[in-house]
Amino acid sequence: MVNLKVKINDIELKNPVLTASGTFGYGYEFSDFIDLNRLGGFVVKGTTLHPRQGNAYPRMAETPSGMLNAVGLQNKGVDYFIEHIYPKIKDVDSKVFVNLSGSTVEDYIIGAEKLNEVKGLAGIELNISCPNVKEGGMAFGVTCPGAEAVVKAVREVYDSTLMVKLSPNVTDVAEIARAVEGAGADSISLINTLLGMAVDAEKRKPILSTVTGGLSGPAVKPVALRMVWQVANAVKVPIVGMGGIMNATDAIEFLLAGATAVQLGTANFIDPEVTVKVVEGIEEYMNRHNISDIHDIIGGLQL
Amino acid sequence: MNKTVQELAIKENVQLNEDTNLLIFEAPDLKEDLLPGQFANVLVKDSTTTFLRRPFSIYDFDKKTGSFSLIIKKVGDGTRKLCQFNAGEKLSVIYPLGKSFSLPNRDEKVLLIGGGSGIAPMMIMAKAIAHLTSEIHILLGARAAKDHIELEKFEKVGKLHLTTEDGSLGEKGFVIHHSLFNDIKSFDRIYTCGPNPMMKAIGDIAIENDVPCEVSLENMMGCGFGVCLCCVTDTHDKGHQCVCTDGPVFNAKEVKW
Repeated sequence: MVNLKVKINDIELKNPVLTASGTFGYGYEFSDFIDLNRLGGFVVKGTTLHPRQGNAYPRMAETPSGMLNAVGLQNKGVDYFIEHIYPKIKDVDSKVFVNLSGSTVEDYIIGAEKLNEVKGLAGIELNISCPNVKEGGMAFGVTCPGAEAVVKAVREVYDSTLMVKLSPNVTDVAEIARAVEGAGADSISLINTLLGMAVDAEKRKPILSTVTGGLSGPAVKPVALRMVWQVANAVKVPIVGMGGIMNATDAIEFLLAGATAVQLGTANFIDPEVTVKVVEGIEEYMNRHNISDIHDIIGGLQL
Repeated sequence: MNKTVQELAIKENVQLNEDTNLLIFEAPDLKEDLLPGQFANVLVKDSTTTFLRRPFSIYDFDKKTGSFSLIIKKVGDGTRKLCQFNAGEKLSVIYPLGKSFSLPNRDEKVLLIGGGSGIAPMMIMAKAIAHLTSEIHILLGARAAKDHIELEKFEKVGKLHLTTEDGSLGEKGFVIHHSLFNDIKSFDRIYTCGPNPMMKAIGDIAIENDVPCEVSLENMMGCGFGVCLCCVTDTHDKGHQCVCTDGPVFNAKEVKW
């Protein structure tokens, strides 16, 4: 038996495979396909203080080896989540993180205070990197003072694990990572989507109603790996890596680059069983390489 | 039945005309009825250009032989590639997805209208309601006679009416120009699938004449099972609804076109 257990702060995950916010709904949408108990954890859909309708259709454009989305944080708000959704997933034997987003520091604080009262929740993934909401998350995540301010404010009111999700749409991601670590983040997850755009040449129009959107899928993997590597060398808190992971080999690449765990996102759309396959694939890789502990892979890149 | 993702073998790939194929899949586990309006989301194997799955309405199914079929029109790289796979090859399919059309009451007079690839759900619908009513009218629209497919099969499941834009078969014009619309109030229900402008026009006429009407939408989808929230349509009472899980079938009155 190989050891797949990893820790994010004081939260123990049975394996390093999580799902990325906005690609896995609230988990139960996948219960026809997989046994949710097999996952290290899942991060539920981006949640805001108040309900949001999201952006107008079209919100999606398929691109080479990936896709752009501009959903715009459509969700029913944090109260609805706590009352109606969380009871349906709280008994799953896997760790649940809530991706929390906001337009003002005050929104983040109130949302975090409410989530702080939720028993059994593993933690918050603080979204300071959503590119699809005008006055939203990304405004905080692209400057050190902005990121620091919101993380510090949430840290003061939130007691469980605080993971902060970073934007790749910055000049120096390591600098932002150091700022959020300094402000009290327990963990850093990255990357959120890369700001992109798609054009319909025949119609001479943008494909997305919002003109720009967030790029995900295998197309972003090299950028994501590079950023995970840079951040792993810049901070001490555990890193959760994501960006275009489609299979176990991709996941192992992120672990080698320094991620303690990974999130699978867009891959869930292509193969709703991919998470379990990646867990099995990591095990198979470890057996094949005679590695008994996942920690011997994490940060194990040989230079 | 619960949705499932499976590698299904192609039983037959039949070219229906120059740009449309019928793909019949072997589905040995098919024990329950597939419902009219439901769809399957097919992965385009080995494609370098098509990243996401492609959704197609269920056209027909057979529990006895364990099979179901999809109509695939070649509109881009993905659909072109799907039409090239041979019998025996396997494709990854997620099915059944989405909600079905509601059924008519006994002996109601029903009009099924399909335009372009939107004819597909009208076959499974006609068969699903055959035990309820014998008054099934099927109106199919296409650009020209050569674009009309599967007419012999449709003739067996209802009274068939046709339009073509160039007048080469049936009545000339769009489906809403067909003479059936002169007495549209004689129908108890209308069900339609096709291009959005067509469904909107039909929906408007139905609402005006107080005939209940359901439309089956085809928005671009990321996942097909309600998690990416990309395929939404705006509705009057419920705001953004996922076409894949809240639909694809909607009451025409609900949709904000």
